[in-house]
Amino acid sequence: MTPVEQTGQAPARAPRQAKRPSFWRRFRQHRLAVIGMVILAILFLCCFAAPLIAPYPKDQQDLLLGPTPPSAEHWLGTDELGRDYLTEILYAGQVSLLIALSVAILATAIGVLVGAIAGYEGGWVDDVFMRVTDLFLIVPAIALLALALEGFGRNLVSIVLVLALIGWTYMARVVRGQVVSLRERDFIQAARVIGATKAQILFRHVLPNLGGVIAVNMAIAVAGAILIESTLSFLGFGVQPPQTSWGNMLSQASGLIGTPKVYLLYFPGLFILVTVLAVNFVGDGLRDALDPRSSAGPRSQGTP
Amino acid sequence: MNPSDAPADPLLRVSNLSVSFHTREGEVQAISDVSLTIDRRECLGVVGESGSGKSLTGAAIMGLLPRNAVVSGSIQFHGQELIGAREADLRHIRGRRISLISQDALTALNPVHTVGKQIGEAIQVHDRTVSRAALRQKSIDLLGLVGIPDPSRRVDDYPHEFSGGMRQRVLIAMSVANEPDLIIADEPTTALDVTVQAQILDVLARIQDRTSSSIMLITHDLGVVAGVADRVVVMYSGRLIEEGETDNIFYETAHPYTRGLLASLPRLDARDRSTPLYRIQGFQPSPAERPSGCSFHPRCDVAIAGTCDIELPARHEVGPGHFARCHLVVSPGESS
Repeated sequence: MTPVEQTGQAPARAPRQAKRPSFWRRFRQHRLAVIGMVILAILFLCCFAAPLIAPYPKDQQDLLLGPTPPSAEHWLGTDELGRDYLTEILYAGQVSLLIALSVAILATAIGVLVGAIAGYEGGWVDDVFMRVTDLFLIVPAIALLALALEGFGRNLVSIVLVLALIGWTYMARVVRGQVVSLRERDFIQAARVIGATKAQILFRHVLPNLGGVIAVNMAIAVAGAILIESTLSFLGFGVQPPQTSWGNMLSQASGLIGTPKVYLLYFPGLFILVTVLAVNFVGDGLRDALDPRSSAGPRSQGTP
Repeated sequence: MNPSDAPADPLLRVSNLSVSFHTREGEVQAISDVSLTIDRRECLGVVGESGSGKSLTGAAIMGLLPRNAVVSGSIQFHGQELIGAREADLRHIRGRRISLISQDALTALNPVHTVGKQIGEAIQVHDRTVSRAALRQKSIDLLGLVGIPDPSRRVDDYPHEFSGGMRQRVLIAMSVANEPDLIIADEPTTALDVTVQAQILDVLARIQDRTSSSIMLITHDLGVVAGVADRVVVMYSGRLIEEGETDNIFYETAHPYTRGLLASLPRLDARDRSTPLYRIQGFQPSPAERPSGCSFHPRCDVAIAGTCDIELPARHEVGPGHFARCHLVVSPGESS
């Protein structure tokens, strides 16, 4: 998956220069990841700058206009209430992106910590941690979510917390598996030999080696959070009006299937799709960039 | 290197060390009753086949035995008992006072950190006050010390950009970073080409000269030991079977096993090149199926039936500082 072209880059290594930027150099070689990064940046900018750049004020209705197909005045058309659909999508994006990112970060943090400790400690710690993980896995997530949100109230914070609480298990299992195999590697032994503490070994030697795995799975978690948030909104347990998210726009528009206005379904769907794809590309790029051995280009020396 | 100023107390004293494991087949004793000492500035060679317990002895000294190991006996370092010591105390000794060079030069470095960072870590783990710049400078100096060309540039390279011999040098640099009193070198040259072996041994000897550390050189290669070690102990099936000054071991060999090992070395000065190389018949027994009596007797050319297969030989003094566990050896003082 690594592009081979290297000639355009700066000379492989200028003498006496620290190789600090190697992470970015490797990331830049991953075309799709760079494109994904740019798309994400644009999405974020547009959504969070919506008050400045949105073509119409939020929730401005034009009941006489009603639903219209895309036009010069309304690039993505209008909904039944005559609201500009592009404006709606940008504002809804704020909610969707915020939820997706916070859930992914939170779920990753919990999952990595639980998985790493379980994998590295082994024994009864491993058993306890993993059985708890199993418990979270077997509980029917949607039902639990609905119940929890009834209890905590359907505000953004509780949605994020609840989604993260459900979402960390996958990361924990993946990380645990990796750590169990890493633990036996010689360089972990070597770290014990120089007198490093458990925490030092975990944070300096184990976790850095999981960078790629974590990046990829965090991308999946972002995608998963967007999707499960849509599901929840569709069922009426997610973001509550007047706040909107892409998922909840999708569910509102789902009533239009079979009518000529079905295009209203496509736009939020398209934004979800593009975001998820872009995040996954960036995840792939990060995985490669985090692995020093994946640097493309000719090796200065042959294999030993 | 010279034992003239040897103090009364050795740097390291291992007494009656036994290590066993609980397995499904019952308790298996991997090391039985090993006693040895290492003086300051001394290089002790520990020779034996794979499975003779030599690496395990090293691991026991580092306090890095597997969790299911049962240890008895005593390991005293500077008079401090290491067996049963608290993990936190052991951590202060590991890497600072006693360091280990492992045999896995190719895999003992973390692939995601630069070698400079890893050498720096060996220092920083024990002294958090060292600044980043100082760590980097120290890493560069150490890389230079172990003979890596252009160290100020290579310090920022990753392990995969180093050859096997270079990586072993980096490991040596890490192990001497804190100027330890004792370096345990566990087969430091096994993974390397023969030509590189000599260079690595040379680096070790040079570093010992400079830092006045003691070295415990664990190897299966008598040739390696001959050039470097002051004293040698030979291990077989978890026991020390012969110990003495390097010259004693090579020229006044007492134990049939050691003799077999020496005879099976290829020699350039062999008179008759047509005779095949000597080999010791059979295999070293696994610790679970160790024979009664002297565990070497089934393979021994000169075993005495009725004695060697029943009775465990005692430790006989062959000459000054030269001991062997064999019924056929009679100490000068003893009358048989």
